[in-house]
Amino acid sequence: MTNPQLYTHPELSRFNPLPRILYYDDFDDGMHGWTQLIGNYEGSLDSILPEYTDIRPPQLSNLTMWDTGTAGSMTGSYALKMATRPKAGGLGLGIKRQTFRKLTNIQLECYLCFKPEASELKLSATDVRAFGVLFDIEGGYHNPRARWMPHLRYLNALDGQRMGKWQTKPETRAIQKIGGSGETVSHFHLGPEGWVDIPGADQIVCYNEIATKMNWSYLRISLDLEAQQFTGFQCDEQVYGPDGMQVIRMDAMPNLFNMLNVAFWVETDNDKRAFLYVDSCVLSAAEV
Amino acid sequence: MPTLRESYTLLLERNVRWEGAFATEPTEAAWASEAIFFVRALQVEGDLSHAEARVQISPDGMHWCDEGTVFPLPDATDAVTFGRVSHFGGWLRIVGEVPDGVAMTVIAYLVLKG
Repeated sequence: MTNPQLYTHPELSRFNPLPRILYYDDFDDGMHGWTQLIGNYEGSLDSILPEYTDIRPPQLSNLTMWDTGTAGSMTGSYALKMATRPKAGGLGLGIKRQTFRKLTNIQLECYLCFKPEASELKLSATDVRAFGVLFDIEGGYHNPRARWMPHLRYLNALDGQRMGKWQTKPETRAIQKIGGSGETVSHFHLGPEGWVDIPGADQIVCYNEIATKMNWSYLRISLDLEAQQFTGFQCDEQVYGPDGMQVIRMDAMPNLFNMLNVAFWVETDNDKRAFLYVDSCVLSAAEV
Repeated sequence: MPTLRESYTLLLERNVRWEGAFATEPTEAAWASEAIFFVRALQVEGDLSHAEARVQISPDGMHWCDEGTVFPLPDATDAVTFGRVSHFGGWLRIVGEVPDGVAMTVIAYLVLKG
């Protein structure tokens, strides 16, 4: 931990934040600004790219199971829950939008767990395709830099086969014009294509033995805003990267200066709902 | 400073076409004590004057029963209808059936407060 004053802090001691905390969100007391992702539109909702029309919103869950009742979250009653529709490839996502002041190192930490809907009395460990964390970042107005979008996902399963590996995404889809004014564009960056394995980053994240038993895992993701690169990540005791971690890069856009967005998402591998729960998270920075 | 109550609006459906039977995705609402479902018609194709939505509750998000609240679906473009419930436990959704030969495009919300 970088700040010994936090060693005995009852809420932050479980994290290793950088010296300045940009936000600490414990979902026992609300949504903290995490909301639904929608594609850009102009004139009509019909102008939204099809992939963006139905990304499901986050909600507050107390992890109530049909067979055991309420589990609650890791440190209280409620967690942020991302849930898909029961349709293979469906996405659930929660996004939080803010801006940054310094091009410095930042770090997101959280405790999370993932599960399919417990609609079958079997292990179901390969029903969730993936969960992940993405950032959407652009340089400041007087220091224009490329927009970049670090995406990290845990590919749990694909087409029913256990995968257990961490991946990043180096490319988004082509930018498309939305509407007729010339002011609005959109691009879909969460497609199933183009994910690249991080060398050596294989891991079986704790799933437990039935669909209603949840174990919370620690995840840390570190970025260098100046270098526009991942600087590594950690899941439970495994520390990975930054070698082989790639990011999406594109030209700066005119209305996104200083943007610092973070999103959690989950994707289902079959026609069953997939859930990602986040107990709490911390975004911290080396300086502000 | 007073402690304000938590409130949250979920977009259950947005620009989605309903024809035949419909059901919104399960929503966890254990933290809330009151809820309002809103349905706004973006487009109406046919006579919806007798179409209704029913509120359902569930102990687990998978097995559902009628809560008792029934409200009309909007029968004109940009019309809004609502159903208001309280004391609903942990899970909420609405279900219903658009009459044969009729369709509607909707935006549906669930407003929670507690």
